[in-house]
Amino acid sequence: MKKDMKTVNTKTILIADDDIDILNQLSAQIKSMGFGVITAETQKEAEKIIQEQKPDLAIFDLMMDNRDSGFILSYTLKKKYPDVPVIIATAVTSDTGIIFEADTPEQKSWIKADRYLEKGLRPEQLEKEIKQLLNV
Amino acid sequence: MATLNVLIVDDEVGIRSGITRVLSNFAVDFPFLEEEFTFNLTECESGEEAIRIIESQPVDIVLLDNKLPGMDGIDVLEHINKKKYDCCVMMITSYASLDLAVQATQNGAYNFVPKPFTPAELKTSMENITKHLYLKRMTKNLTDDGKESRFRFLSILSHELKSPINAIEGYLITMQERQAGNNLDDYEVMLNRCIERIKGMRTLIMDLLDLTRLESGKKVRENTKVDLVEIARITKDTVSPLAIQKNVSVHIDSDADQIFLSADTEEIKIIFNNLISNAVKYNIDGGDVYCKIAQNNGLIKITVKDTGIGMTAEDLSKLFGDFVRIKNEKTRAITGSGLGLSITKKIVEESYGGAIHVTSVPDQGSTFTVELPVKASI
Repeated sequence: MKKDMKTVNTKTILIADDDIDILNQLSAQIKSMGFGVITAETQKEAEKIIQEQKPDLAIFDLMMDNRDSGFILSYTLKKKYPDVPVIIATAVTSDTGIIFEADTPEQKSWIKADRYLEKGLRPEQLEKEIKQLLNV
Repeated sequence: MATLNVLIVDDEVGIRSGITRVLSNFAVDFPFLEEEFTFNLTECESGEEAIRIIESQPVDIVLLDNKLPGMDGIDVLEHINKKKYDCCVMMITSYASLDLAVQATQNGAYNFVPKPFTPAELKTSMENITKHLYLKRMTKNLTDDGKESRFRFLSILSHELKSPINAIEGYLITMQERQAGNNLDDYEVMLNRCIERIKGMRTLIMDLLDLTRLESGKKVRENTKVDLVEIARITKDTVSPLAIQKNVSVHIDSDADQIFLSADTEEIKIIFNNLISNAVKYNIDGGDVYCKIAQNNGLIKITVKDTGIGMTAEDLSKLFGDFVRIKNEKTRAITGSGLGLSITKKIVEESYGGAIHVTSVPDQGSTFTVELPVKASI
């Protein structure tokens, strides 16, 4: 348990969401899991952070300044740091009825994100997904 | 029946006349096409001549040989792409220059027919290119018709409606589970944010109602003699709670005591309300808002100037779009639907044949100017 926390403590997660409230909530949840958190409110801000430092994992909202900001960010991040896992958080399914998942390796390589999570995910589920992606 | 203009560019006269012979009696007809397409053919023998023709008359399809005496086919293609002419290019090449053909396709040529080709091969290629051109133009029409933008609008709208609900739900769950401990004071910020988001949602719904009323056209617009100076004063009263809270003074000034326009009162209220409340919202503590109404040569000019945070040129270019909100450090605490200015613009332009402009300097303020022709209410 102690060992686990120690690994968690050294990991930093980048969260980008243009909704300040969602950003605060996510950030509080993830901090309480023991991770370090960097936040960005716009695609631009997130891009700047990506240029300056390497997070251990990133969570991007899909629709920000652009309708596909999440994809753009995940592309930018993966190009610079191919090993950093990306979660795209989206309300797209409930917004449009389009089920949005990458199943095949080909789809995954194309959209360059490791997980698609619906917004409003329970903190425990989110923690499980993050820890799985980080192998901690 | 529609006719497509085809330009044949080849220095070999045999090829040109062959193509003309095959295509002059040929028509393209598909089940999904509304009409049959025939071809009106023009021939030329050099790239230079081709460009002159493309520049001077409508051309839908270019059949382009690459090996020409002067400039190459590839150069002609590049010229067409650069100038964005609405035409499709099909390269005519020999197998030996397959590399070139591939390069051409990459440069935007629709396809290529290898020389020598049979009449049947040429016809098949023409069928394909016609279909492609037709679909390309149909898609463009759809976009122009606003169907695409309608879909965009609805999908962004549902996103905008859902965001505050998600945020509020998140806070409520945090509170329900006492995630921040048992001290009630620690939840104060969350409660305030919930109230703020609900306010924002109400604004969005009100703005949406304005917009649907405008767009449905069902609402009978009631044109009466409206005193703009009076509406400006009423608006000042409406925004005064917000102005007091932000410590902003609103000043109304006009050329005359009353300035009349034949207009729909509700629409004029929307214009003033959006401009003045924005000028208050995006102002600084202790700032001013100057609203001036002037009449000159059949034109009414409403100017709303603030001493607020201002905008960059990049912000200005996006300002009047649906759901556009300028996001930065200075605007983060300000709520809004992102619809107000888009609605204002619609009313000014579509209902009154007027115009709206904005100038702005970051950290100094913005000035919105609305011009309404006195008798031009549509």
